[in-house]
Amino acid sequence: MTILTVILSRAFKAFLTLLAIAVLNFCLLHAAPGDPAVVLAGEAGAADEQMIEQLRERFGLDQPFYVQLGKYVGSVLTLDLGYSFRQGAPVAQLIAERLPATLLLTLTAFVISLVLGIAFGVAASARVGKASDSLLTTLALLFYATPLYWAALMAVLVFSVWLGWLPGFGYETVGAGYTGLARAFDIAKHLVLPALTLGLFFMAVYMRMTRASMLEVSQLDFVKTAKAKGLSGPAIRRRHILRNAILPVVTLAGLQVGQLVGGAVLTETVFAWPGIGRLMFESLAARDYNTILGVFLVSAAMVILFNIVTDIVYRLVDPRIGAKA
Amino acid sequence: MKTLRATTFLIAATLAAPLAAQQEGGRLDIVVQPEPPGLMMGLVQNGPTQLVAGDIYESLLRYNADLEPQPSLAKSWEISDDGLTYTFQLQDGVTWHDGEPFTADDVVFSADVFLRETHARLRASLAYVESITAPDHTTVVFQLKEPFGPFINAFEAGTMPIVPKHIYEGTDYATNEMNATPIGTGPFKFEKWEKGSYIHLVKNEDYYLDGKPYLDEVYYRVIPDAAARAVAFETGEVDVLPGGSVENWDVPRLTEMEGVCSTGAGWEFFAPLSWMWLNNRQGPTADVRFRQAVMYAMDRDFVKDVVWNGFGKVATGPVASSTNFYSDDVTHYDYNPDKAKELLAEMGYDGAPVRILPLPYGETWQRWAEAVRQNLSEVGINAEIDSTDVAGWNEKTSQWDYDLAFTYLYQYGDPALGVSRNYVASQISKGSPWNNVEGYENPELDAKWTAAAGMVNTEDRAAAYAEIQKEIVDDVPVAWLQELEFPTIYRCNVNDLVTTAIGVNDGLRDAWVEE
Repeated sequence: MTILTVILSRAFKAFLTLLAIAVLNFCLLHAAPGDPAVVLAGEAGAADEQMIEQLRERFGLDQPFYVQLGKYVGSVLTLDLGYSFRQGAPVAQLIAERLPATLLLTLTAFVISLVLGIAFGVAASARVGKASDSLLTTLALLFYATPLYWAALMAVLVFSVWLGWLPGFGYETVGAGYTGLARAFDIAKHLVLPALTLGLFFMAVYMRMTRASMLEVSQLDFVKTAKAKGLSGPAIRRRHILRNAILPVVTLAGLQVGQLVGGAVLTETVFAWPGIGRLMFESLAARDYNTILGVFLVSAAMVILFNIVTDIVYRLVDPRIGAKA
Repeated sequence: MKTLRATTFLIAATLAAPLAAQQEGGRLDIVVQPEPPGLMMGLVQNGPTQLVAGDIYESLLRYNADLEPQPSLAKSWEISDDGLTYTFQLQDGVTWHDGEPFTADDVVFSADVFLRETHARLRASLAYVESITAPDHTTVVFQLKEPFGPFINAFEAGTMPIVPKHIYEGTDYATNEMNATPIGTGPFKFEKWEKGSYIHLVKNEDYYLDGKPYLDEVYYRVIPDAAARAVAFETGEVDVLPGGSVENWDVPRLTEMEGVCSTGAGWEFFAPLSWMWLNNRQGPTADVRFRQAVMYAMDRDFVKDVVWNGFGKVATGPVASSTNFYSDDVTHYDYNPDKAKELLAEMGYDGAPVRILPLPYGETWQRWAEAVRQNLSEVGINAEIDSTDVAGWNEKTSQWDYDLAFTYLYQYGDPALGVSRNYVASQISKGSPWNNVEGYENPELDAKWTAAAGMVNTEDRAAAYAEIQKEIVDDVPVAWLQELEFPTIYRCNVNDLVTTAIGVNDGLRDAWVEE
């Protein structure tokens, strides 16, 4: 199978999966207690029946469940994510406004964690049993065991409040009017703490996995053969061990890119990062159905997309996989 | 507490003193929490919206700390002796933010057409209004069907925001595209809303009061985490924390910082009063002796001192002490567990469990529910906490699915506007929160509430409300808890931040920053 046919068949399956997810999301959400009209009316500090009725009618909640579901599936099929009555804007626009911030945060965290995790894992496995290995392994265990929100708060306390080196929250300096490179630098400064916080946990995971996998592969026969042929240590590690040891890490990374979007809810809240995770959380609290469904669907699409990318990466790392599939 | 009182006094002193030389320019960063759903105040009136949109929209009047009306869009007003005709003279030379002139027609459109459709709370007051007319461009006349004592309190920006007729007439209000870029007459204009980050307002250069506003720009900052909001203030990123922005235990730490002031003023109009709705329909809470036992069982002073860090005041009944017509001549339920036990024994309480529904508005409220549960269990009431999120809370209270439910309500300066709605039988309506959720029915008192609202003479009203308060406090339809106080924390170089009974929500037209 060529890469193209693989992508096409995966895309078709992805489409069906997404449709199923959309229906499931809709049913689950409507099973939750709470009514957006009542929430909205409640926030106004007063409500009478006329107001609640007006709102329910506007939201389409006065119609039978199957009609609402049918309408929703129909609009999803035409790539229409609906309108958020709460925020007074199309859901697609709300998501488009927030998605870049989340992608910037999560992908930065992902790259940091993957690169550092693999590098430290390789380094630790090369010095297995020595003091530097113990230090790295202990640090990884610490990061692995630290709750995300606590790490975030401590990072803010130390680097923003005490030292004043880095901004403790926000996406950029509000009202500073930076443009071009200055703005990019400003955003990068704001990115450091949340990206590190979000990346630490995964870095620990990748490091432990890489280290274990490296050690396992290094016991295999072909590595002994390579050694017998007189290849140098670093060359064996790079060309023979790492290439084989990296596959489970790729699998995990593919799965965790999806989790990164969900895990960002907490980081985005603590660091006031204007991303999609917060949008989802706030919409959930207000039962803003259309927005929540939109965010869920986009997140699901991203998970599926990253899975496809992972599959392709497999084939690039290990050409044998493509032949068997 | 002392420092707070002292600063409150200082503010009052500055207000009374001749105006100091206000400095022009500068920028103010204010926390807004949570992010408002929209800024079109005619459509949305929740707290965050009022905070931001109070700079953009105005109404005919403002109210000082004693709840006396002050000029805003109306420069003067007259009430006929029979209490039926309200005549307002509007300011000259007022323009909308898009340059169109503001006239009496805008007021008539707002009150008679727009808000009648969109504003549930105002609709209740407007039911007393026969007609709203504009004899000329600067005069508006409200003609009432029958006298309505509190009507003069309905002209505040959150209650009757004046919206532009030329933008909204004949459109679908809810989906009008201009809702995203609100146009008002206020001291600040909408500039930009970066969703999830900030709302940027800039000075209205054409504001009708000479020299005002003083500030060049205002940023309302959206910071979802309470700890991060405290950090933002600590690091100097924001200058003002409106009441309720940070958890109570952070307040002493922040106010002890150098150059930081705080005030409890600016809540007199809203006078938020908290209580627990007791389900009067079923279960042990349907028995008046049980309800009285709950009042005696609670150590409300402890909660005020510990959970609320000393802010606020233990409530004596349905009317807050800062509101007009408050009366202290009622039964006082002091902490008395023995009396509570006696009452429970007398009614033969069988230990049936009751569910407490906390208000999902942060840690303070959770702790409060735990304190009440502890107090109740000490007198033998078997209470469990039934937690939920905001939407779930709305659902449970509006469907009457609770035994004891925490809430608080604004009083809007008058018992007829913000108090009676929780106690009269006509306000019982399943599926809608924020009314008589406890299911209290007392036809005799209902008649008294109605009569009191329709009285023209202030002394008559005071007597009527004193009688109502005395009777209702014995009935304990709800368990009154506390008059809430949400201190506003700000840097001391910000002057005239709170100048009316509506506080920071009333617009920053007088605020200025000392360099």
